[in-house]
Amino acid sequence: MQIYLPIAEVSVNAFLLLGLGGIVGILSGMFGVGGGFLMTPLLFFIGIPPAVAVATEANQIVASSFSGVLAHFRRRTVDIKMGVVLQVGGLIGAALGVVIFNYLKALGQVDLLVKLCYVVFLGIVGSLMFIESLNAIRKAKKAGGTAPAPRRQRGWVHALPFKMRFRTSGLYISVIPPILVGICVGILAAIMGVGGGFIMVPAMIYILGMPTKVVVGTSLFQIILVTGFTTMLHATTNYTVDIVLAVLLLVGGVIGAQIGTRIGVYLKAEQLRILLALMVMAVCGKLALDLLLMPSELFTLGDSGGH
Amino acid sequence: MRYLFAFLMFLASPLFASEEEVVLGLSQDRVAITANFDGSEILIFGAVKRETPIPTGDPLEVIVAVSGPSHPVTVRRKEKKLGIWVNVDSVLVDSAPSFYAVATSAPYGEIISDTEDLRYRISIERAIRSVGAAMHIREAQDFAEAVMRIRENNGLYSIRENTVAVDQQTLFRTAIKMPADLTEGDYSARIFLTRGGNVVSSYETVIDVRKVGLERFLYSMSRNQPFWYGIMSLAIAIAAGWGASAAFRLLRNG
Repeated sequence: MQIYLPIAEVSVNAFLLLGLGGIVGILSGMFGVGGGFLMTPLLFFIGIPPAVAVATEANQIVASSFSGVLAHFRRRTVDIKMGVVLQVGGLIGAALGVVIFNYLKALGQVDLLVKLCYVVFLGIVGSLMFIESLNAIRKAKKAGGTAPAPRRQRGWVHALPFKMRFRTSGLYISVIPPILVGICVGILAAIMGVGGGFIMVPAMIYILGMPTKVVVGTSLFQIILVTGFTTMLHATTNYTVDIVLAVLLLVGGVIGAQIGTRIGVYLKAEQLRILLALMVMAVCGKLALDLLLMPSELFTLGDSGGH
Repeated sequence: MRYLFAFLMFLASPLFASEEEVVLGLSQDRVAITANFDGSEILIFGAVKRETPIPTGDPLEVIVAVSGPSHPVTVRRKEKKLGIWVNVDSVLVDSAPSFYAVATSAPYGEIISDTEDLRYRISIERAIRSVGAAMHIREAQDFAEAVMRIRENNGLYSIRENTVAVDQQTLFRTAIKMPADLTEGDYSARIFLTRGGNVVSSYETVIDVRKVGLERFLYSMSRNQPFWYGIMSLAIAIAAGWGASAAFRLLRNG
């Protein structure tokens, strides 16, 4: 069934969009990532104009994250206090990111830099997570099936002032690292047009030392506000949020997120991380190939903005 | 008296610059883009009106050109730098139609001369204007060609020869297929009658392509009340997220 999207001005198959939304929704629920880093490139492939894809994706992430976070709230795996601290950083970062984005746009190389950002960050995050979770699994096997030792994070993170108690995470740390993480993720989110969960999740685990079970829910909680803010920015400045596209994606997405959250409960934390790492590396590899191989069409068309 | 009449006719004749005129019909003069819009086919048909007998010599040929609204387009070219493919230069093509379809009654080169093509801007190459192409970029023509190639591959530009049927040098008809990915605007349909490579008559009409119903409503809301449109988008997203969560809980408990 073809459907015409009023803002994107293209006609696409409605079931294709529902399916894409569903698959990305499952991943979102399982890993606590918004799924933007997968969905945005997929939307480019089916012919949605990039500006519309990025803006609409932000709106769709709000829906799937909200659906996911409700399930986590019920299981009490959301650290609201930590989430709010991260959101404060996230909003500052998003505003900074927009400034940087516009500066790059003026230089005329924004596409390339966005892609390079993807390759570099997905590559680093993916391979670090992959190695770490492999080691964790190996250790768990060596120890004869006993649970892995709780991570000890003693270092610069604990030496900073403004300490705050995060009861749900069982942490007593300074608010500076979470705010810095929030700012970094916010900047990247605005430049790359994603929720930033794929960076947020590892940052919470490895830098802040939060327990994996709490990380997913908290990340979803933080993503809602940042992507909601991004949606409003796009809707009011670029008019590129396509509500019909968003509804189709989010109908698939919210159902998928519910299924994904339930699958996530049955998987071990290490398995969950290794799967996410593999997925992140696959997307990174695809984007790297695009940059390295000779494109079949050397020319690209773009709006000159003079509509 | 007879001579005077003939003289008057002679004076009047330049006013009727062409002895053959197009009388046109369209199966529809507006295209409504609805939510399930899946492309459209417009039947263009007509007759040649003339007061005199059919001229002998070169046969009458017909060219139909339908074009969408024109916009400037930035074309960028990639080159390999430090191992990766990056955009190295760009050209602003001043005006390129969003949609362009040409249908002819015979092979294009045989029925219209280059000078006439240039004058009326009928072929796709002529319909694209890039006067402002930067001189320092070599092969500026490549950029205009890239616009044509990319849009042809997307089905937006097409030239289909021998698809206009002409009967008795008087009646003609053709069908122009419009893809699903149409942009809004006034589309122009131009009909040219040619003999021996020269345009003897032309006619132009407008096909109105508009979004209607829900599409229209959402589009104008996103432009006129962007803030409320954004809020509505977020409200729908949150409602859908909550709805799915609640529905799944019911399913599990019930």
